[in-house]
Amino acid sequence: MIPELGHFALIVALAIALTQAVLSLTGAARGIPGFIAVARPGAQGQFVFVAIAFGCLAWSFYSNDFSVLNVASNSNSSLPAHYRIAATWGSHEGSLLLWVLMLSVWMVAVSVFSRSLPDDMVARVLGVMGLIAVGFLSFMLFTSNPFERLLPAAADGRDLNPLLQDPAMVIHPPMLYMGYVGFSVAFSFAIAALLDGRLDAAWARWSRPWTTAAWMFLTVGIMLGSFWAYYELGWGGWWFWDPVENASFMPWLIGTALIHSLAVTEKRGAFKSWTVLLAIFAFSLSLLGTFLVRSGVLTSVHAFATDPKRGVFILCFLALVIGGSLALYAWRAPRAAPGGRFELLSRESMLLANSVLMLVACAAVLLGTLYPLFLDALGLGKISVGPPYFESVFAPLMAPAILLAGIGPLVAWRSGDAAQLARRLRWAAIAALLGALFVPLLFGRWALLTSGGLLLALWILGGALTALVLKIKSNAKITRAFAGMLLAHAGIGVFILGVTLVKSYESERDLRMAPGDTVMLGGYAFRFDGVKEVAGPNYAAVRGAINVQRDGRQVADLAPEKRIYRVQRNPMTEAAINGGVTRDLYVSLGEAAGPEGTAWTVRIHVKPFVKWIWSGCLLMALGGLLAASDRRYRASSRRREEAPVGDETVVRSTA
Amino acid sequence: MRSLLLAVLFLVAGLSIAENPETENRIRSLEGKLRCLVCQNQSLADSNAELAQDLRRQLREQVAAGRSDAEITDYLVQRYGDFVLYEPPFKASTALLWIGPFALLAGALAALVAILRRRRRAPQEAALGPEERRLVERVLGPGDQA
Amino acid sequence: MKRFLWPLGIFILLVGFLAAGLTLDPREVPSPLIGKAAPAFDLPVLQQPDKHFIPSDMRGKVWLLNVWASWCVSCRDEHPVLVELSKKGVLPILGLNYKDKSEDAQRWLAQFGNPYQVSVMDADGRTGIDYGVYGVPETYVIDAEGVIRYKQIGPVTPAILEQKILPLAMALKK
Repeated sequence: MIPELGHFALIVALAIALTQAVLSLTGAARGIPGFIAVARPGAQGQFVFVAIAFGCLAWSFYSNDFSVLNVASNSNSSLPAHYRIAATWGSHEGSLLLWVLMLSVWMVAVSVFSRSLPDDMVARVLGVMGLIAVGFLSFMLFTSNPFERLLPAAADGRDLNPLLQDPAMVIHPPMLYMGYVGFSVAFSFAIAALLDGRLDAAWARWSRPWTTAAWMFLTVGIMLGSFWAYYELGWGGWWFWDPVENASFMPWLIGTALIHSLAVTEKRGAFKSWTVLLAIFAFSLSLLGTFLVRSGVLTSVHAFATDPKRGVFILCFLALVIGGSLALYAWRAPRAAPGGRFELLSRESMLLANSVLMLVACAAVLLGTLYPLFLDALGLGKISVGPPYFESVFAPLMAPAILLAGIGPLVAWRSGDAAQLARRLRWAAIAALLGALFVPLLFGRWALLTSGGLLLALWILGGALTALVLKIKSNAKITRAFAGMLLAHAGIGVFILGVTLVKSYESERDLRMAPGDTVMLGGYAFRFDGVKEVAGPNYAAVRGAINVQRDGRQVADLAPEKRIYRVQRNPMTEAAINGGVTRDLYVSLGEAAGPEGTAWTVRIHVKPFVKWIWSGCLLMALGGLLAASDRRYRASSRRREEAPVGDETVVRSTA
Repeated sequence: MRSLLLAVLFLVAGLSIAENPETENRIRSLEGKLRCLVCQNQSLADSNAELAQDLRRQLREQVAAGRSDAEITDYLVQRYGDFVLYEPPFKASTALLWIGPFALLAGALAALVAILRRRRRAPQEAALGPEERRLVERVLGPGDQA
Repeated sequence: MKRFLWPLGIFILLVGFLAAGLTLDPREVPSPLIGKAAPAFDLPVLQQPDKHFIPSDMRGKVWLLNVWASWCVSCRDEHPVLVELSKKGVLPILGLNYKDKSEDAQRWLAQFGNPYQVSVMDADGRTGIDYGVYGVPETYVIDAEGVIRYKQIGPVTPAILEQKILPLAMALKK
């Protein structure tokens, strides 16, 4: 009964979405107030029914209804309750429903937080989002119905993939989807502006907080994915340039370009068509990511089970949405009035350079991800493009962007003063150079790449600090937008520090240990104390005991496990981590060795500053949150300072 | 007695090859350059698949037999093709892959400089005219230029 | 203006590639051994371990080398096809029993039929590596000079037999 209710709710949601999209867009185009008025309630109605559908699926999982095919394939009665609910989005069908739920959440948010926008603009935005919803709902109903029945019902389910039975895995998809789907708001604003013909600075101002919020969610989502991979997969890696990881990183790169470009369009009216194009690209990459994960075109640990029919549907949808928007762009964008003038050294040119560099980086990642496909399609053989390629290509591409990010916040709008800039930045430059040269010596090993990474990190941190000091000295108010920007830039610096130090100074031993054996690594003594068998709620495990000491003092007792989940029966490695601000001690069990399995192969890592990687990402996200919640964008605070509008032009550039 | 001695010798030799950190690093680095063919995007170093274990064992034996890195990777490429290389080789068909990003960077920077030069000569235009500004502020409220 | 059409143009090209990609299998690893001499090996024969077999024993004949194992589930799918083929007597089939135990292998053949003229045991998989085996089952068509002419990755279906393997074998016999 409940599954059928859910199924029906989806059909109703599709009907509402279709009606709302058609009426809103027609109403805005023809100026029919009655149609325009459908937009907001239509979005809200859609949300209600999608939420009902989602609730029904979640309930089926929670109550172990194995007559639903999706539940039988992805859950099990011995799965703990919170994972049973998370299993709702653990499959292709379920995650699509999550995608649509996130879309309807954003639609409701737009419908509620847009009171001060012209109604026809809101109608266009919601109309475009509605069309996207129509696409995804149709995709679900025609090829990927989460409510499909399994009759006769299974006695029990095939269990959720053990890799997904983890707290981080529970929050990672929702955060990621909030990000991916959030870019549809910026996209819809862009399309609405193109349809309207009014491509101006006001559009950028409206778009900005939504875009920053989506970017923030995507940052958190990617960070969680990386952190989860680190502690869950058992070998200490945290980024693999896997096609699906790349699929989430590309929208992030373009999203970063977009938030910077929007700043220029909002304040100076420049780059209007470029910003619109970036908004289209960002969401297009989200959609492309959806295609890559679900079509079987690329191999990936993240890929869902595939079906060529699904691949064709998504590709057609992709072609329509992206092709359509790029065609609209080609038609309407040339009409945009050109923006103001600015010098070679100016905030505008810095931000434009950032956009361009992010775009090139994204194109490089796209090239690497799709190249095997290109060659295979052309019959030129089969190659594989893995981390070694991306690492050699990506870092050199990003370095110029990081250098600019240190300078950018200090450059004035329209025309910067080079001499003044050099003077202001000299301390940051000196600190960065000294740090780059001498910090490696503290670790005992100097390498060019290490130095390079440190230089970039310290430079961007120095630049942010300099900007802060100058702002305080000038007694200007520190707005949330400014603080957010500094925090985000600092976050990048912290991130680069973490990556550089870990990659340069991590140490690893992979060896066979018998009970009582001790091995020294990174100044720590690791003693293997044997294993014992334990049982979990839905798995049986072998748990190792590793005692860690430093200079004779106890540091930690680590308990890595090798689990066999009772239903799916693949072995899973649960690493044991002793985390710290300056280092992580990471131990995992390999295979049993030696007589009667008393000895085991053990993998031990000492990873300096690895936590800084994710802390940096969190700082970035926090920065985004601050910037998005700036007073300028909040209607309530705006109304409080309502002042008579005079004739004065308020254009003033601040340093 | 002699077989025992031989066994000990082999054990020591094996152990010394296995435990020698330089060789270990070389083996690990080689394993990192090769792809596990049956896995989803993992290198030989990281995979626990049976084929990966077999290939690792082969690798170890070849290193012990004194083959160079190039010979060992060639050995595998002869049997499995370029796909087994985790890092794509530089050939005619992959030239675009390797050169592409840097060519794109150079091109983009050149275009950027050209656009910026052009901007310098553009007429001085306000972002929003006074009429438009009034309209925006009526709708959104007065803003500050932070 | 033309420059605004570039993104659309590039996108259309991309969609073309993605559409082509839908017809390809990203996990299939084509063999670089096609057109090259079949790697030599010297392995014990299943059921008669003191007897050994080397590929040059088959010189002068066109033959199939089928890589199989008792633990391989998809091998069960292709086995009836191979048994049928062996009954026709047109093409000798030799088996490479990959990383398997002798008793398990023999029991499997007793249960599902034995299409193999001879089956050799590659217990540690080294010969498999020489042949570029990465997933069982795989089948090679080898000509009278001992050169590999075709590699089938995955189970041999009747369609593949009719359309690829048999025509090739007939052509090679001439």
